[in-house]
Amino acid sequence: MTQNIIVIGAGMATGRALEHLFDAGADVNVTLFNAEPRGNYNRIMLSPVLAGDKTYEEIVTHDADWYGTNGVTCRFGERVTTINRAAKTVTAENGDVLPYDKLIFGTGSDPFMIPLPGHDLEGVIAYRDLEDTERMMSLGPDNKVVVIGGGLLGLEAAAGMAARGVDVTVVHIMGHLMERQLDEAAGYLLRKALVDKGITVMCQANSKEILGEDGKVRALKLDDGTELPCDLLVMAVGIRPNVALAKAAGLAVGRGIHVDDQMITSDENILAVGECVEHDGAVFGLVAPLYDQAKVVAQTLMGEDAAFVQKELSTKLKVTGCDLFSAGDFADGEGREDIVFRDPGRGVYRRLVIEGDKVIGAVMYGDTADSNWFFGLIRDKTDIAEMRETLIFGPAYQGGTPMDPLAAVAALPRDAEICGCNGICKGTIQDAIADGATDLGAVRAVTKASGSCGTCTGLVEQVLAVTLGDDFVLPTAQPICGCTDLTHEDVRRMIKSQELKSMAAVWQECAWKTVDGCHVCRPALNYYLIADWPLEYLDDPQSRFINERKHANIQKDGTFSVVPRMWGGITNANELRAIADAADKYNVPTVKVTGGQRIDLLGVRGEDLPSIWADLNAAGMVSGHAYSKGLRTVKTCVGTDHCRFGTQDSTGLGIRLEKALWGSWTPHKVKLGVSGCPRNCAEATCKDVGIVCVDSGFQVGIGGAAGMDLKEIEPLAQVPSEAEAVELTIAVIQLYRENAKYLDRIYKFMAKVGLDWIREQVFDNVENRKALIARFDLSQSVYQKDPWAEHAQEQADTYQPVANLTLEAAE
Amino acid sequence: MSAWIDIAALEDIPLRGARVVKTRAGCVAVFRTAADDVFALDNACPHKQGPLAEGIVHGSAVTCPLHNWVISLETGLVQGADEGQVTTYPARIEDGRILLDAAFLAARKVA
Ligand code: SRM
Ligand SMILES: Cc1cc2nc3c(=O)[nH]c(=O)nc-3n(C[C@H](O)[C@H](O)[C@H](O)COP(=O)(O)OP(=O)(O)OC[C@H]3O[C@@H](n4cnc5c(N)ncnc54)[C@H](O)[C@@H]3O)c2cc1C
Ligand code: SF4
Ligand code: FES
Repeated sequence: MTQNIIVIGAGMATGRALEHLFDAGADVNVTLFNAEPRGNYNRIMLSPVLAGDKTYEEIVTHDADWYGTNGVTCRFGERVTTINRAAKTVTAENGDVLPYDKLIFGTGSDPFMIPLPGHDLEGVIAYRDLEDTERMMSLGPDNKVVVIGGGLLGLEAAAGMAARGVDVTVVHIMGHLMERQLDEAAGYLLRKALVDKGITVMCQANSKEILGEDGKVRALKLDDGTELPCDLLVMAVGIRPNVALAKAAGLAVGRGIHVDDQMITSDENILAVGECVEHDGAVFGLVAPLYDQAKVVAQTLMGEDAAFVQKELSTKLKVTGCDLFSAGDFADGEGREDIVFRDPGRGVYRRLVIEGDKVIGAVMYGDTADSNWFFGLIRDKTDIAEMRETLIFGPAYQGGTPMDPLAAVAALPRDAEICGCNGICKGTIQDAIADGATDLGAVRAVTKASGSCGTCTGLVEQVLAVTLGDDFVLPTAQPICGCTDLTHEDVRRMIKSQELKSMAAVWQECAWKTVDGCHVCRPALNYYLIADWPLEYLDDPQSRFINERKHANIQKDGTFSVVPRMWGGITNANELRAIADAADKYNVPTVKVTGGQRIDLLGVRGEDLPSIWADLNAAGMVSGHAYSKGLRTVKTCVGTDHCRFGTQDSTGLGIRLEKALWGSWTPHKVKLGVSGCPRNCAEATCKDVGIVCVDSGFQVGIGGAAGMDLKEIEPLAQVPSEAEAVELTIAVIQLYRENAKYLDRIYKFMAKVGLDWIREQVFDNVENRKALIARFDLSQSVYQKDPWAEHAQEQADTYQPVANLTLEAAE
Repeated sequence: MSAWIDIAALEDIPLRGARVVKTRAGCVAVFRTAADDVFALDNACPHKQGPLAEGIVHGSAVTCPLHNWVISLETGLVQGADEGQVTTYPARIEDGRILLDAAFLAARKVA
C-alpha cells in the first residue's frame, strides 16, 4: 500500500533521505514543505557562493525535474504551522489540512541571536540561508562589516566578504579562534593567516550593545567601550535545533527532538532527521552524521532493520589558504600523551593525542595532506604501537620496520627544506658538511641554516648527526624546561625578533613540545611578554605563581601575609592606626616589622584579602608587592632631615624612587637602598641598586645582594644631582627588565653581560638612557596600578569559594 | 543512580585555573583545564597539605603552590619521583554548568 509521507523542511538531511527512498523504489507519495522559498540545496556551499567561487545554481541538489520524476508535491515557501497527532494531519500556513501516514521532521536549526540591545535593528543578520548570503554579497569595498563569532561559520563569512574587498572585523569572545575545534597553537596560526587576508581579529572581546541610527545598525559597542562602526553585523555564534513545532505537537523534546536509533520520535508515526534531533544526548551541526541518519530514516520507513550509530567527526574550514583539520578528542588527560610537531618556518602545527596505543584526537594546521590518514587511525582505532616514533610525520614514513626520528631525517630527500627562514634544504647542508663544516656554528656560517629564527637548530643538528655518524656529538645548552630545547636567552631573542606577542605564538614559533607549557616555563614566558610588549600582551594570571596571582604571600598553612607599602619606610599615625584596626578586625595572629622597613600582617585568610585591602586602601595605603618579582622596598635612612652626618635628602630620594618604580614587574625581585652618607645605615651596599649620598652627589652602585649569595654593589657611576640618580636607576632597571633571564637577580645579570656594557648602555650613551626610560614609562602606564584596589573592587568574589555546600543535606 | 549538584557556571573558573567548593568536610578544589575539562580533587596536597586550588594548572596536572609537587587532575596521583595520591571526585559539564556528584558529599563525610 502506498505510504503517504509529509516532510517538514527541504534541507540537506531530508533531501538525502528522499534520495534513498526513491533509489530503493519505495512505494511512497511525498509532500515536501519548506519555509525557504526554494527546494533542497547544498547549504554547506553557501560559503563558496559568498566567496564568489560558485553560483547558487551550481549548489542546487534537487531540481524541478527531480521532484517531478519522483512525484514529490512541492510546497516551497510554505511553513507547516500545526500538527494534529491524534488525527494524523498537518496544517499548512494557508490553512490546508493534509493527512499523513508518516511524518518526517527535518526542520534543521535556528541561528542563535544574542539578545544584545539593538539585535533587532535592520542590518543585523545571521548566516544560515541564501537570503543572508545575498545580503553579504551585496557589499563592496566601501563597506564595513562586523562578524560576531570566531567559529567555523563566522570565519567563513568573514573570509568570503574580505575576498570581496569588504573591511571585516571578527569579534570573538574566547581567547583564540575556533576554540571548540582547535587548540591555542592552531588558533594562533589561523589568526595569523586571517590577519594576512586583511581581516581584523579581536579575541577576548565582549559585545555589549548594537548601536543604530534610524532603525539601522551603525556600530557594535564592546564592553570596554570600543565602538566598531559597521554597515552590516553578522552574528554567527551558534545554532539551536528548531524544535518549536515539535514541542507544540507534544513530542518529547530536550535540546532537540528525541529520537531512538531508528530515528523515530516519541510518536511512532513521526520520524525526525538532521540538526533538529537529539540522539542519545547529542545534537548535530555537521552533515556527516546527518547523512547516516538520512539512510536510517529511509530504511525505517521501508520496514528494514537499521540503527543510527554516532561516529567520530572531523572539521575543516572552507577558507582558501587556511588549511586546518581537527578530529576526535584532543583534551589532555591522564594516560593520554601528546605528540606535537611544529615547523615554525612553514607555519605547520600537528598534534596527535594518543591513549593506550590508539590515536584518539588530532589537530593540524598548515599541512593537512595526511589528515584523512590520521582520521582513519582515529575512526578505526588502529594500534599504532609499531609506528609511534615516526607517526607524526605521516603515512610516507611508515615502512615495514620501525624508524627512529633520526632515521626519519635520514629518509628526507635532498631537496627537503630544513631552514624555512633562509630556504636551505637538506642537500645544501650535506654538501657544506662534506666540505668540512662539521659543527653547527660552521654549518650556520656557510649556509645560513638556523641562523635566523633558530628554531630549526635541532633539525640541522640531526642532519649533522646523520651525515657524520658517531663523529658528531649533540651539544647541550640548558633549555628552560622539558617543554622546549631553547634556552631563556633564545626565547627572549625570538620574542623580540619575531614579534611574538602571545603565549600561543611563543609555543608555536619556538617549537614547544608540550601543549601549554608547565609551571616552570609559563611564569617566565608571561614575564618576557609583559616586559617586551606591555601594550599588546595581556597579563595571564593563570601563568603566575599564586603570590602574584593573589597579590599576597602564601603561608605554609594556606593563609596569606599582607604588607602595605610604606614609602621609603616612612609612616604616620593614621596608617599605623589603620594597620592596627585591620589586625583586630581580621584576627591577624602575627604583626611583624619586616627587614624591609615596613609592617607585615601574617596569617590572613584568603577570603578576607579583598576586604582587608579595601580597609587599607581607605587609609591611603597600596600593595607593598612583598610577594612579587618586581620592586619590593626602597630602604632609606633619615638623612639630612635629622641626622647630623647626612649629606643629601636620602629619605626623599628613596621615596621618589619608590614612587617611580612601584608596580613594575622585573625578572626577579628588586630592592633598593639609599643611605645619607657612607656610614650606610640603609644597608644600600647590599641592594640590587644602592645609592650612597656624598657631599658632591650620589654614588650609584648595582648588583648587591644579601640572600643566598652575599654581594657588595659595584660602582656604576657618580652623578651630581638627584634627578640624574633617579634617571640612572630607572634606566638600569629597564635594561635589566629587557635583557635578563627570568629569576636572575641584577648581580647574576651583571655577571653575564658585564658592568662595562651596562654602564655604556645607561650612562655613556645618553640617547639610549632616554630611550630606556621612555620604554619604562610606557610600561608603567599600564602596570603602575594598585592591584589590591583593583581586585577588591572588581574581583572580590573570585577570592570566595565558588560554591558552599556545607548546608547541603548530606545523607 | 547518582545525583549531580550544580555548583557554578564554567566561566566562574578561569581557564587553567581553579576555585574551591566548601563542604562540611573541608574544601574541594574544582579545576578547569585549557581544554575545558573540569576535575574535582581534595584541596590538600599529600606532601604538606598545600592548597592545590592555588597552583599552576598545565596540561591536565596542577603544581602545588608550596613545594612544586605535580599532581594529576585525572587520577590524583603525584607525578614524578614523589609519591602520594589526592582523592578525586566525579565532575562534569552540562550546558555550560559544572556539576559535582552528590554522592561525594556523603563519601567525604564518612572519610
Ligand atoms: C617578611 C620578610 C622577613 C621579615 O620578617 O623581615 C621576608 C620574608 C620572606 N622572604 Fe625574604 N623577607 C624579607 C626580607 C629579606 C631580606 C632583607 C632585605 O630585603 O633587606 C633579604 C636579603 C636581601 C636580598 O634580597 O638580597 C631576603 C632574602 C630572601 C631570599 C633570597 C634572595 C636571593 O636572591 O638570594 C628569598 C628567596 C627568593 O626570593 O627566592 C626570600 C624569600 C622570602 C619569602 C617570600 C619566602 C617565600 O617565598 O615564601 C618569605 C615570605 C615569608 C612569609 O611567609 O610571608 N627572601 N628577604 C622580609 C620582607 C621585607 C619586605 O618588607 O618586603
Ligand atoms: C554557511 C554554512 C556553511 C556550512 N558548512 C558546513 C561544512 O563545511 N561542513 C558541514 O558538515 N556542515 C556545514 N554546515 C552545516 C550544514 O549545512 C547543516 O548541518 C545542514 O544543512 C543541516 O541539515 P538539515 O537538513 O538538518 O537542516 P537544514 O539544511 O537547515 O534544512 C532545514 C529546512 O527546514 C525548513 N523549515 C524549518 N521549519 C519549517 C517548518 N515549520 N515548515 C517548513 N519548513 C521548515 C528550513 O527553512 C530549512 O530550509 C554549514 C552551514 C552553513 C549555514
Ligand atoms: S629567612 Fe627563610 S624562613 Fe625566614 S622568612 Fe626568609 S625565607 Fe622564610
Ligand atoms: S604541600 Fe604540596 S608540595 Fe609541599
